[in-house]
Amino acid sequence: MINVRDVREQFPILDQEVNDHPLVYLDNAATSQKPVQVVEALEDYYRRYNSNVHRGVHTLSSVATDGYEGARDKVKTFINAAQREEIVFTRGTTTAINTVAASYGRANLQEGDEIVLTPMEHHSNLIPWQQVAKATGAALKYIPLQPDGTVSVEAARATINERTKIVAMVHVSNVLGTMNPIKEVAKIAHEHNAIMVVDGAQSTPHMSVDVQDLDCDFFAFSAHKMCGPTGIGILYGKKPLLEEMEPFEFGGEMIDEVGLYDATWKEVPHKFEGGTPIIAGAIGLSAAIDFLNDVGLDDIKTHEQQLAQYAMDQLSAHDDIEVYGPPANERAGIVTFNIHDVHPHDTATVLDMKGVAIRAGHHCARPLMNWLDVAATARASFYLYNTEADVDAFVDALVSTKEYFGDVYAE
Amino acid sequence: MSMQSNLDALYRQVIMDHYKNPRNRGEIVGDALTVNMNNPSCGDKIQLHLKVDGDVVRDARFTGEGCSISLSSASMMTETVMGKTVDEALELSGIFFGIVQGEDYDDEKYDLGDVEALQGVTKFPARIKCATLAWKAMEKGLDKD
Ligand SMILES: Cc1ncc(COP(=O)(O)O)c(C=O)c1O
Repeated sequence: MINVRDVREQFPILDQEVNDHPLVYLDNAATSQKPVQVVEALEDYYRRYNSNVHRGVHTLSSVATDGYEGARDKVKTFINAAQREEIVFTRGTTTAINTVAASYGRANLQEGDEIVLTPMEHHSNLIPWQQVAKATGAALKYIPLQPDGTVSVEAARATINERTKIVAMVHVSNVLGTMNPIKEVAKIAHEHNAIMVVDGAQSTPHMSVDVQDLDCDFFAFSAHKMCGPTGIGILYGKKPLLEEMEPFEFGGEMIDEVGLYDATWKEVPHKFEGGTPIIAGAIGLSAAIDFLNDVGLDDIKTHEQQLAQYAMDQLSAHDDIEVYGPPANERAGIVTFNIHDVHPHDTATVLDMKGVAIRAGHHCARPLMNWLDVAATARASFYLYNTEADVDAFVDALVSTKEYFGDVYAE
Repeated sequence: MSMQSNLDALYRQVIMDHYKNPRNRGEIVGDALTVNMNNPSCGDKIQLHLKVDGDVVRDARFTGEGCSISLSSASMMTETVMGKTVDEALELSGIFFGIVQGEDYDDEKYDLGDVEALQGVTKFPARIKCATLAWKAMEKGLDKD
């Protein structure tokens, strides 16, 4: 069990009033808050050993290099990759997936090939593949969702075939909270010699991830959603695949030999890390991983599922609030909903006036909004520092929203 | 100002009235031009239909989906610009963009009708884009360049 009170002490940002109410931060799927450990690690780097990595002979440079490369080892262990070279630092999930799309997808696909996706993908695991399809002539195929917004293994099996070259799927949906059967789908993909690309942006922060157990070929996530800084994320790739791929960006740091007309690349992962790398970001991410490991990812997952259950139980008492997606025990800590006759923007504005931060809109998942047959939705998303009191404040604020709009309607 | 009065300033009665009973909602039969305008960050989508006769905006109607602020603003905007010349409509648009940024305007010179009620949006920076969506569509449609 998480000691939430202790956890909250590490997040001074939570201790403030917003619009005269205590802040209730429920926009964690967009980005999480950062504990003091992470802020201090960044500060320490900038105050004591800021330096460029890999190139310097001097002492500070080697301390910084240790910090940066140490972060790679930490990430390797965190997601249980087989080798440290399989961990590439990128700007975030979006850049990680774009790297795979550009360097693997464009190089290996051609007309007649198929890329298999789901309608619940975040735009960052959708548009790169649309572009690959346009550039190569490959076709996009979608695994139809079940009525409750889940992906069934049978439906995946029926969509994946010998033409499939890439299956790209979100691990946990940022809208429905659905946890997808990645391991089973990866197995089907491999039976057809396709590769499995996983968008782990919403899973890695909230549950323990084992890329070898999932047996996916690529796995992408962002530090900023898991207590780390913005501007850094991870592309995990199986080493033989990364080795066969061309770099995505070219410049300093990633080269082996350079002549006037040609150049060769460093070994993986460095050939994918052109330019001065994201040093402070990696160091901050490293501190975030230590923090999450101390609390324990299994406990974090349980805590969030309990909050989702608690929230959904309360919301179910309101006929005019519709919650989308599977039951709480089959989802991560994400609750997406609408109040009848109140646009989610208006809901989010009223909630903000009560200090409750949620997200309203299409959540970068337009096709999923069409599937749900709504223009937009409101979303509350939980993290390790949220409490049942947060959920109560959230539900109270929803009741006020209904009253407020009920009144304005009545006038 | 208290939070409640901020909210009340945002959701003024006239605004909710335009939201519940939108004016000029629908398409224009016959010859008209249509402008699509999206707010990509939130999913609001508005189609503005304009019939310009010589120099005069003869008809303005809208279809689409959005929040109370974007739809009521569309409703008010169509009411305001109908019958105005293109130049007048564009000038009012400039005034409106000023209003939602918190600027004063000469209310003797410009008759903005109900539109003035959207002033409350200045306290809600995240909602300014909602209020301006239909006006941007109108500018795009009437733009002579
Ligand atoms: C499921 C999912 N995939 C991808 C992303 C994109 O992550 P980033 O913006 O950090 O690249 C997000 C977050 O916005 C997400 O929720």
